[in-house]
Amino acid sequence: MSTAEHADSSRRDFLYIATGAVGAVGAALTVWPFINQMNPDASVLALASVEVDLAPIAEGQEITIKWRGNPVFVRHRLAAEIEAAKAVAIADLPDPLARNANLPDSDQATDVNRVVGGKEQFLIMMGVCTHLGCVPLPNEGDYAVVEGNGKHGGWFCPCHGSHYDTAGRIRKGPAPQNLAVPQYAYLSDSKIRIG
Amino acid sequence: MNMLKTLAIAAAGLALSFGAAQAAEGQMPAKGISYSFEGPFGVFDEGQLQRGYKVYKEVCSACHSMQYVYFRNLAQPGGPSFSEEQVKALAATFTVQDGPNEEGEMFERPGLPSDRFPSPFPNEQAARAANGGAYPSDLSLITKARPGWYGTFNQLVNGIGGPQYVYSVLTGYTPDEELSEELKKEQPEGKHYNPYFANGHWIGMPPPLTDDQVTYDDGTKATVDQMARDVSAFLAWTAEPKMEERKRTGFMVMIYLGILALMLYLVKKRIWSKVH
Amino acid sequence: MSGHSNYQPTSAFGKWMHERLPIVEMMKGQVLDFPTPRNLNYWYTFGGILAVMLVVQIVTGVVLVMHYTPHVDYAFASVEHIMRDVNSGWMIRYMHANGASMFFIAVYIHMFRGMYYGSYKAPREVLWMIGVLIYLVMMATAFMGYVLPWGQMSFWGAKVITNLFSAIPFVGDSITTLLWGGYSVDNPTLNRFFSLHYLLPFVLAALVVLHIWALHVPGNNNPTGVSVKSSQDTLPFHPYYTMKDAFAIVVFLMFYAAWVFFAPNYLGHAINYQEANPLVTPAHIVPEWYYLPFYAILRAVPDKLGGVIAMFGSILILFALPWLDTSKVRSGNYRPLFKGFFWIFAIVCVALGYLGSKPAEGLYVVFSRILTVYYFAHFLVILPLLGLLETPKPLPSSISDDVLARKRPATAAVPAE
Repeated sequence: MSTAEHADSSRRDFLYIATGAVGAVGAALTVWPFINQMNPDASVLALASVEVDLAPIAEGQEITIKWRGNPVFVRHRLAAEIEAAKAVAIADLPDPLARNANLPDSDQATDVNRVVGGKEQFLIMMGVCTHLGCVPLPNEGDYAVVEGNGKHGGWFCPCHGSHYDTAGRIRKGPAPQNLAVPQYAYLSDSKIRIG
Repeated sequence: MNMLKTLAIAAAGLALSFGAAQAAEGQMPAKGISYSFEGPFGVFDEGQLQRGYKVYKEVCSACHSMQYVYFRNLAQPGGPSFSEEQVKALAATFTVQDGPNEEGEMFERPGLPSDRFPSPFPNEQAARAANGGAYPSDLSLITKARPGWYGTFNQLVNGIGGPQYVYSVLTGYTPDEELSEELKKEQPEGKHYNPYFANGHWIGMPPPLTDDQVTYDDGTKATVDQMARDVSAFLAWTAEPKMEERKRTGFMVMIYLGILALMLYLVKKRIWSKVH
Repeated sequence: MSGHSNYQPTSAFGKWMHERLPIVEMMKGQVLDFPTPRNLNYWYTFGGILAVMLVVQIVTGVVLVMHYTPHVDYAFASVEHIMRDVNSGWMIRYMHANGASMFFIAVYIHMFRGMYYGSYKAPREVLWMIGVLIYLVMMATAFMGYVLPWGQMSFWGAKVITNLFSAIPFVGDSITTLLWGGYSVDNPTLNRFFSLHYLLPFVLAALVVLHIWALHVPGNNNPTGVSVKSSQDTLPFHPYYTMKDAFAIVVFLMFYAAWVFFAPNYLGHAINYQEANPLVTPAHIVPEWYYLPFYAILRAVPDKLGGVIAMFGSILILFALPWLDTSKVRSGNYRPLFKGFFWIFAIVCVALGYLGSKPAEGLYVVFSRILTVYYFAHFLVILPLLGLLETPKPLPSSISDDVLARKRPATAAVPAE
């Protein structure tokens, strides 16, 4: 092949390859918004908050409220529940991490790390089993405190048999993690805002 | 070839010719003031949007809802750009309805950034009843819903004139004292003369603006003209909060397509050169 | 379908696949190797542009449906949700709305190209008729799509056009009630329009496949109207026309992008940014620009049923075009009288569109009537007569001769090289 032809064909190839590359880049840049539109939109991301009044919740009682489409357990724990939770060694826990959105990820699952502001009488957690998402039943399972008038605290997930203790930590069963503690803050002694 | 060029023009003409119908019965074309956000490179003036917001809050929100705008929008880029703190504070100055609570009752609470601007009336009927049968339109989209003028090429070159329409209505009243005898006789009960109004010359809204009605935080003098400019610009943002992003993206898209078109043209020429 | 491919599978997988479903051979034959007349000009790129626009509308439409709610209480708000909250939602919505207008600009150019070059004549009559059917489905799809945002014009446009069916004698009211699903345009109407608007584009895609099949049987027409005589007259579709089409498509995308990013609401109606109110009629109900010529024809006839018949008739008459035009010569390039009448017809269509945007009063009505009569006369009187009375210019003997003649207009002979 003569040098002129060679130069010609490589110039031609360069043009074709360059045009193809420019076209491909444009195609990729065009595809992205169409995929990204499926990501949560601004209204979903605008973390909707919910305020909860803790005053009506008596000792030993629990309410479930809805936040971001999921149930949240708000439990006013008995002293016995708190003691039982404190008595457990971290080494005995299948999941040793606190799973508390208000604390660093690496914090351990001590009872005080499962609440906010040291207010251990109120336990606030996502009512979503960390296995496959069912809602666990309260005052059930092998880690409830048994006293006078029945079982107190602890949760049992009926779907596949996960047992959570009185601090909502997984103890037995297929669930891999402790029940998640969401972001929340005390607005006053008797009012919290979640989210 | 010339004939076929005419075909191109005819087809384009088909597309362009029918931008708008005839002007509404006697609506005077809006005053042609200019805004910072006009044109392919125009952007909003943050300061103006913040002043406009204040006018909406202190004057218009008494009667007009803005239901498609959330408080959090005021902090997003491309708008008035209040800080998150300012938005929290300003949301809390509004009262919104929430509920039902555990007793099953609806209740009121201060606004949060994730709330929408609340409506001053519970529904359209209440709004009409409180305003002599006239409905104070929701303002979220008003600058896209009202052409300031008509005309195919007019609208293409000058835009649809929505913000100018709002400005013209706000500044276009003829006070009752200055009406001619004839107009005074025609004047319906409770209406005011405004030739810029889209639905006939008699508008139910009394002139809403007076000089120095609002005290601007940045010290700008709050004349009626200034407030009308500012609130109409603010309403242009509420109608199109993504306008700046749209023009920015458009600029880059046009550059990219221009380059690609040029390259494809060279490719085409190169391929076809073998044939000719 | 004539086989145009010399495809030989090379890999083992290729051979295995070829024995079971020869799709690679088919694609190669129909897309890459397909012999295409070498003299196609840029007016012939609009078919490719239309295919791209159909894909654009389907993709943007499917994505919009992920966020849209087809209920009268939520539709308008859901569109605003798309514009304000959904990531890039504003862009996807503006692409879809303006894409419809671009689709129609391209289809009108495509149709007028066909009318000018006689692409509807034998043996391409079925190709032309499938095309008219595609046009009708496009109009139905766009009409229903415009109702979905549930603005003032969405509602009132739907009301006016569905009311037309009540003009049909005896069964008119029953048909209209059936369309509405109630006593007026309301939620049932919106829901079914949504369902059909999602369905029809796929019907369109199937029609487009038939359209291309019907084209590939005889092969493309060309600006001379003279049929392909030998392989000297043609070039393989790839890379000659794939690249020419690609260039034309990108230029068209620039035109499209200009609307989407810099004048996204110009081609629509401002009043559609106001939510539908069944109790308040807007001052001027106007359909989207691509319907305006037919709107003018509808209003030109003083009788309700007559107007409906004239309007539908003005589209249905296109089906008969291959038989109304009696000329044996295809291309307008060689039919000087036809050429003149073609341009007059084009101007009449544009003028009817203009009149459709005006109120039905005074001189506008007078001109609408004159031009409506002319529109039908073009098909029913002028075209049939032209074929019989016109003396066409001499045709080139072949496509390649015509191409060569244009290259060297001064000299007759090709100098020996």
